Amino acid sequence: MQSTAAVSVSASATASRGGARSEAARRPGGIRVCGLRGEALTCPSLRISQAPARLAAARAAAAANGAVAGSGGGFDYDLVIIGAGVGGHGAALHAVEEGLKTAIIEGDVVGGTCVNRGCVPSKALLAVSGRMRELHDEHHMKSMGLQVSSPGYDRQGVADHANNLASKIRSNLTNSMKALGVDILTGVGTIVGKQKVRYGKAGFPDKEITARNIIIATGSVPFVPKGIEIDGKTVFTSDHALKLESVPDWIAIVGSGYIGLEFSDVYTALGSEVTFVEALDQLMPGFDPEIAKLAQRVLINPRKIDYHTGVFASKITPAKDGKPVLIELIDAKTKEHKETLEVDAALIATGRAPFTKGLGLENINVVTQRGFVPVDERMRVMDADGNVVPNLYCIGDANGKLMLAHAASAQGISVVEQISGKDHILNHLSIPAACFTHPEISMVGLTEPQAREKADKEGFEVNVVKTSFKANTKALAENEGDGIAKLIYRPDTGEILGVHILGLHAADLIHEASNAIALGTRVQDIKFAVHAHPTLSEVLDELFKAAKVNSGVSHSVNEPVAA
Amino acid sequence: MVHPSDKLRRFGSRSDGRKRCQVVRTINGDWRHGPTLQWAGRLHLTLWFVSHSHLAPPRRAPDSAAQPAFSSTQRSPERRVISSVIVHQCAMASLISPYLSVPTAPGRARLAAPGAPRRRRMAVVRAKIREIFMPALSSTMTEGKIVSWTAAEGDRVAKGDPVVVVESDKADMDVETFHDGIVAVVLVPAGGTAPVGAPIALLAESEEEVALARARAQALSQGQSKEPSPPHATAAPGPPPPAPVAPQATKGIATPYAKKLAKQHRVDIAGVVGTGPHGRVTAADVEAAAGIKHKQKVAPPPPPPPAAVGPAPPMPVLPPVPGGTVVLFTTMQAAVSRNMVESLRVPTFRVGYSMITDKLDALYEKVKSKGVTKTVLLVKAAAVALTQHPVVNASCRDGKSFSYNNNVNIGVAVALEGGLLTPVLEDADKLDIYLLAQKWRVLLKKARMKQLQPNEYNSGTFTLSNLGMFGVNKFDAILPAGQGAIMAVGASRPTVVADKDGFFSIKSEMLVNVTADHRIIYGADLAAFLQTFAKIVEDPEILTL
Repeated sequence: MQSTAAVSVSASATASRGGARSEAARRPGGIRVCGLRGEALTCPSLRISQAPARLAAARAAAAANGAVAGSGGGFDYDLVIIGAGVGGHGAALHAVEEGLKTAIIEGDVVGGTCVNRGCVPSKALLAVSGRMRELHDEHHMKSMGLQVSSPGYDRQGVADHANNLASKIRSNLTNSMKALGVDILTGVGTIVGKQKVRYGKAGFPDKEITARNIIIATGSVPFVPKGIEIDGKTVFTSDHALKLESVPDWIAIVGSGYIGLEFSDVYTALGSEVTFVEALDQLMPGFDPEIAKLAQRVLINPRKIDYHTGVFASKITPAKDGKPVLIELIDAKTKEHKETLEVDAALIATGRAPFTKGLGLENINVVTQRGFVPVDERMRVMDADGNVVPNLYCIGDANGKLMLAHAASAQGISVVEQISGKDHILNHLSIPAACFTHPEISMVGLTEPQAREKADKEGFEVNVVKTSFKANTKALAENEGDGIAKLIYRPDTGEILGVHILGLHAADLIHEASNAIALGTRVQDIKFAVHAHPTLSEVLDELFKAAKVNSGVSHSVNEPVAA
Repeated sequence: MVHPSDKLRRFGSRSDGRKRCQVVRTINGDWRHGPTLQWAGRLHLTLWFVSHSHLAPPRRAPDSAAQPAFSSTQRSPERRVISSVIVHQCAMASLISPYLSVPTAPGRARLAAPGAPRRRRMAVVRAKIREIFMPALSSTMTEGKIVSWTAAEGDRVAKGDPVVVVESDKADMDVETFHDGIVAVVLVPAGGTAPVGAPIALLAESEEEVALARARAQALSQGQSKEPSPPHATAAPGPPPPAPVAPQATKGIATPYAKKLAKQHRVDIAGVVGTGPHGRVTAADVEAAAGIKHKQKVAPPPPPPPAAVGPAPPMPVLPPVPGGTVVLFTTMQAAVSRNMVESLRVPTFRVGYSMITDKLDALYEKVKSKGVTKTVLLVKAAAVALTQHPVVNASCRDGKSFSYNNNVNIGVAVALEGGLLTPVLEDADKLDIYLLAQKWRVLLKKARMKQLQPNEYNSGTFTLSNLGMFGVNKFDAILPAGQGAIMAVGASRPTVVADKDGFFSIKSEMLVNVTADHRIIYGADLAAFLQTFAKIVEDPEILTL
């Protein structure tokens, strides 16, 4: 749902990979940046333990594979990726860069969930909702001296915008892979044995190829709890909702995670009223509690939204025979019937389930756990006995480590690094996440309770500092002063444990923090980095400057750090 | 390269230009003003965080009342430390009515009530539901507009948390709460206006009291619609009257917005007939039940201000000009309008006087380089003259007495974009012109940034309005409420003057016109005052002493 950033990064990377790095390095202003980037990319960094022995072992393994050579060496391909979503795409591009002969198998459409039924079309809808919100906020407009008369929208036009964006990104993705020489094989892929994949029409895989390495990147589908009947019209999942075939007067959204939250933003902006149904005791359970509290104040309470927490939707019946959609709510703990809601539509946003059926995992003695493919920290698939299956990897939603498009892509790149003979372990705590509501929410690393729990266990201190968008010139110029940024860090070492932002363009602001975590930059160092004035990034600038660290500056900012 | 706003930014202050007025009512009820306005934004944040991180765990405990260590009586000494920090540095208004008793525990509240004020506060501490009321920021402010609620219904707030932003006739102001609790009911939604002193929200101490507060809110609203009385003068009404019986046409299904509106307008949703699809109650149904038209703001009718002598005559409304545009008054403009109409009830008269200003002009040329303006010289001259004619510095407040003022505080009318303010130079008779000039510059700057503190614009005892800089030669001013006289000063113009020996000469002459309240200031008083004033202007050496 939330990886637009990742998509565009990899798409634009297509153009820039090749000679762009050296070319950019020649540009006068870009030298330092490129130096940093080059180092980050080539040094198998990102928090890897570089024990030389291990590295050597990995190299040896890779050499045995012959993968470094870049030719088939008896195999049809060096790398076959099953699933052309964002994860598969990221892996494919990086594989080409590493000189691997690569094929990607896709049984549906290139781009996967993110591009076709997730982040991408939802961003189109959210762009519309953001503008509608602004135009409808008379008070806001008036305070900026603007006058707008009764803004309205054309549902089909909005839906077309989302659809057009998805097909545009999809063709970008397809073209980028074709241009680099990645073979796109159409059909459903099945693993039939060691380093052997068959693909073709579902149920009739007729073509067989061999590959030195295989990456499973089959992604996920919306999870629908039992008792809920989907008809695609009045009871539906995000897959249908993104087509925006209707805008109901009143829609219940089951699940208040970021998918539900983003859709509540879209629907309320388009005039719907929303009722949240959340099984946990609190809305937005995955977020830092303080951010969730503020988000509720900004994103829920002032809008036409109400909610039921601590309840399950045990039964949902689509509207038919002149009856509305019926939602039976039961208490999450006692399972007693509590209430029956009558609404015009229900969106099921209770999470996503891995799409791993038909992969032929049984052929290689791999047993899924609740559908997820078990992997180790290097994304190597584990078989039923807990042993690593050689040359088989699984990335993205299918392994369930972190169900985000850009996480899948990062995992894919990490895998390609390994099969190119460079050991690599992805630090999942450095992967940012974002929710594109208005204002946006973004986060990286640990939440405050998680950090405190870790601190208790490991015996270190945790500090929290916060800054407000209310004090930021740019935010005030936009009349969007709602929001805070929160930094959780270790005062003894200056290590950044987590950053959470709620506010204007929070999703774009988080990367300074996620990069700092990924590169191991400490608070006491990053606080000397300069931010342009007046920009929203000064919210983070102030955040870093507000943090008190007991140890001195460890590196000069003039020398880029990648540790 | 240091950016001009760098300093502001570093300290996390508001750099939006429209500074909020920071005012604090201390625990004793007096007003104080924050000395370091620019830092206030940051301090306020910091304090909030401090209190949050320290107090969150106990506050989150489901039954905090059961923990004696955190009962409100015991907490107050330790909490007062924080509040004094707020008073001295952060400065925001805290406006919890201390007078509300609890309907269910009248005995307890009443027990302590007849005691001394201090004991009464003890009773307050024990009271479970408190009112947050519209603060009075100035003597001219009769109502305030809620810009936004920073706390929503159901939010837990800690003492010192800002809960609401109020727009008065002169400034925006953060209002903070002085008590921990849960915002049970917001009585006046954002965008609504409420008369000064009217409750705008109810604060409950614990979850259990929220329902109680809601019931009370209902009672309040019904009581209010019957008789608009000063809010905390009435004792707490009994239990809420039963909801009006209406045909139960629905199964009680109402849309989220309908429920919100019902809460806002205190409509019992069970009694609303749903006309939406499948008989559900929609927002429109609730609005109809609340008897409001779409988009209309709801505000309780403002009760007559306590000082008012009689009800103001209703304003005739003229039909709109076809093709024209209608621009609503800002709060400041509304205040100006109200004050001007108010002045119609005062019998005023005017006396004019012309005076030669050559010497004053010469003095002005001398002190100009030190930042002293003509206005400041005139203020000083008026102040000196007023000390000799105290009646002109007096006012008539009740129609039957003179109220003499101990200080000579001169308000000076300043035109602002979209408004008019009269910053006050206090003790203008005692300060020398250089100090006055310095003070005036500060006031002017604050006025332009809407940063004036209440005592800086409403403590005037006499007003001076100078249009001389526009070349106006004479005009007359409208007397502001609560003052005895106002002086209108025109430009000095070269005029042919004949002296007593019959010699003609060209002198600079200035026309001064004073409007005064004839109930206390008579023609001869004003004439004598003007004579003194003219003497000072014509021989201004005294001003430099």
